[in-house]
Amino acid sequence: MPKITYIEHDGTKHEVEAESGMTVMEAAVKNSVPGIEAECGGACSCATCHVYVEENWRAATGQPEEMEEDMLDFAFDVRDSSRLSCQIKVSDEMDGLVVQVPEKQF
Amino acid sequence: MASNAIKTDAVIIGAGPVGLFAVFELGLLDIKAEVIDILDKPGGQCAELYPEKPIYDIPGYPVITGQSLTDQIMAQIKPFNPVFHLQQRVDELQSGGEDGFRLKTDIGTEFEAKVVIVAAGGGSFTPKRPPLAGIEDFEGKSVFYSVRRIEDFRDRTIVIAGGGDSALDWALALQPVAKRVTIVHRREEFRAAPDSVNRMRALADRGDLDFIIGQVMELYGDKGQLDGVGIRARDGETSRLDCDTLLPFFGLTMKLGPVADWGLNLEENLIPVDTEKFETSQKRIFAIGDINTYPGKLKLILSGFHEAALMARQAHRYVYPDAKYVFQYTTSSSSIHKKLGVK
Repeated sequence: MPKITYIEHDGTKHEVEAESGMTVMEAAVKNSVPGIEAECGGACSCATCHVYVEENWRAATGQPEEMEEDMLDFAFDVRDSSRLSCQIKVSDEMDGLVVQVPEKQF
Repeated sequence: MASNAIKTDAVIIGAGPVGLFAVFELGLLDIKAEVIDILDKPGGQCAELYPEKPIYDIPGYPVITGQSLTDQIMAQIKPFNPVFHLQQRVDELQSGGEDGFRLKTDIGTEFEAKVVIVAAGGGSFTPKRPPLAGIEDFEGKSVFYSVRRIEDFRDRTIVIAGGGDSALDWALALQPVAKRVTIVHRREEFRAAPDSVNRMRALADRGDLDFIIGQVMELYGDKGQLDGVGIRARDGETSRLDCDTLLPFFGLTMKLGPVADWGLNLEENLIPVDTEKFETSQKRIFAIGDINTYPGKLKLILSGFHEAALMARQAHRYVYPDAKYVFQYTTSSSSIHKKLGVK
């Protein structure tokens, strides 16, 4: 099972085991990772599951589609590495994925 | 009691699917309801967050969108002529003695109701507040999340942050009266009506408005009076822009809001209820749907429908204390057919 590491703003690391097919948001919520609120439950409608994907993982996680890019307008402190974690589907190739959780969702 | 208050059997707080279906269940028992919601349309999260997203666990519908579900329930409750009070938030709820409650909304609409049904879901939708250091000191003086009177913004130097319809609409509306309007948005593209975007770009081309690509990351000012914002550009450099007013438009989020002040027992921002009547710690006040909690609770729309039906039976006891509750099927009851207008 692919392992995902979430790094909180203060540096606290949470390593969780995800299943292929679930989203990076779902894996976080299921394992009570702090800082991923996911108010809308994964519908790409709230921008409260915002994460930063580490540089070397961006090829594996891909680029946001238009709907996600639009929704990122409603996130805070958006960077080139910004993604909504409900839109990243975990695959076996993502074993070892590292994402950073912003200091605050909105 | 005030004479101008709307007198009704039931007030339903929240026009999401569960609040709407409560109109139906109450209506079957001849209980008249008024419905209040903060949004400008019925449907709650279904209409605001995921109108086009499919829902797969509504019995009888293999798949239905949030908006279609809302439309279907609206059609279903039409025979009961519910009255909607939209874009209003219930701020006060007070016991009016033995036989009911007084409610008042943020714009002053008053109600007298025999029972109250809290179907407020995740709470009331409120504007997102950017997590900028010290922003609370500026709110209401130089940082605003809504515009009530355009005239209040005359001659102000305004920064509008965001790239959605609200940001564009207000930029266009305020531009003629403001000293200067600057839109700060993180990218070239906007997620807004193309006509508004074109009009904004035309104003910018003429030099009558500024559009800066970046994000507001800092606030400068003193004692609630803003005198500038720090804007981070795409390259990471932050520069200062002088202004006296900031309007952040980053969409809506859900907050429990005034429900917390009504004297009801709460558990982690949810309202505990029993599972026979779905009544709160206060008699005659019910809570159904996502806002309630009880052992085994699932936040499902279908669970909220069930809760509405059982709630209505108890509400009937309060509204018609002398009448006997008679269980009837909608399929066969001629009196229900009459209420539904079935011929």
